[in-house]
Amino acid sequence: MLSKRIIPCLDVRDGKLTKGIKFKGNIDIGDPVEAAREYYQQGADEIVFYDITASSDERDIMIDVVKRVAETIFIPFSVGGGIRTVEDMRRVILAGAEKISINSEAVKNPPLISEGAKAFGSQCIVLGMDVKKVEASAKIPSGYEMVIYGGRVFTGVDAPWWAKEAENLGAGEICLNSIDADGTQDGYEIKLTHLISTNVNIPVIASGGAGKPEHLKDVLTSGKADAALIASMVHYRCYTISEIKNYLQGSGVKTRMIW
Amino acid sequence: MIGIIDYQAGNLTSVERALRYLGESCRVSDDPKVLAQASRIIFPGVGAAGEAMANLRQTHLDRWIHEWLDKGKPMLGICLGTQVIFDYSEENDTQCLGIIPGTVKRFPMDLQEDCMPLKIPHMGWNHVAFQNDHPVFRGISDEAQFYFVHSYYPAPLDDRLVIGWTDYGQLFCSALARGNLVAVQFHPEKSGRPGLQILSNFCRWGGKDAK
Repeated sequence: MLSKRIIPCLDVRDGKLTKGIKFKGNIDIGDPVEAAREYYQQGADEIVFYDITASSDERDIMIDVVKRVAETIFIPFSVGGGIRTVEDMRRVILAGAEKISINSEAVKNPPLISEGAKAFGSQCIVLGMDVKKVEASAKIPSGYEMVIYGGRVFTGVDAPWWAKEAENLGAGEICLNSIDADGTQDGYEIKLTHLISTNVNIPVIASGGAGKPEHLKDVLTSGKADAALIASMVHYRCYTISEIKNYLQGSGVKTRMIW
Repeated sequence: MIGIIDYQAGNLTSVERALRYLGESCRVSDDPKVLAQASRIIFPGVGAAGEAMANLRQTHLDRWIHEWLDKGKPMLGICLGTQVIFDYSEENDTQCLGIIPGTVKRFPMDLQEDCMPLKIPHMGWNHVAFQNDHPVFRGISDEAQFYFVHSYYPAPLDDRLVIGWTDYGQLFCSALARGNLVAVQFHPEKSGRPGLQILSNFCRWGGKDAK
């Protein structure tokens, strides 16, 4: 039986973490490689890096981060943010990432999903979905709409439809982020996660809203998610990953307990 | 020196990085002359069986792998590298190397666990129930898990070659051993410390089955 994966997400700008991370070593606004090492040692099953660097000139800094991470941790990790072409994907994969996450660019240019899957295999291509709750309508029958550019632009695309479409185009996994829950620490959007996860046959990583271990349990059981993304709750040292895993294991959710 | 077979299948750099982390010298190459200098060979890979076999034939590495094994030297297959040592793969209807009798099959679409449909690929961390005390898998806890990502699984004709079983809606062979050959379906280079332990054991293994 597969374990449910616990995945910390690190935002990186110009090669540095953008949120303070309060480890023992005091890596406030620090080095993403050190943070990755810490989470690897705590038992993270995978790590997600999100590059929020504004200018494309500075992407080389991220490539260097990816290389150093790949020499330091021996679990899968993915990189998202600013990836627009198959060539962008190739650079990140050659630097050592297992997976590439594409989000706004995939909505604007859906063939990017199939081109990436053809070049590197579906297992490399993670579709990032930012979703916002809206009034159900003929255009958005589910009441969940795809938004892009960090939640600023509504696309008129129905989220469950897009998830299925991306699967058909060759996405290997979905990272589903609820804009409404994001940053609240009040829990994941269970209904949305269940809707998407039962609608596709590829793994779904739930994202947005994690504040307590109970939230992970809920989204991994009731929400039918295959994995849970976490940020603040571990960045601010409220919990370690092994504490979260101990809780989950004790609640009957299978996790990886030895690393 | 550990030779890593380059046949244009992905994931070569992660095996190389893991070996360097362990302090092993290694070379990635598609040149039999270079690979012949190695003490041990790793046959890794992510990708599709059809293209992998086409690349192996083009570089004549298909015959070279047979010769290497005939000499009794150690080889470790990983993921796709494990699958193409079989007779045949259902992926792209591919005739493979025929080193291990058996076929590589696709997980059935109606795979279930507790009445819930299972997703394909089998992606993530899972247990391996090791069947005996093979030197390459020595020191691995029964509680350890390994990172998998695959839609096809190896099915050897002879169950006695199976050294590790994994449960994903059905039991499948996730590790096998025969003489100087060891092959795993999971990715030891991406499986944290237990995975690194297996790679480290392999780098010290002389190629003898310790049964």
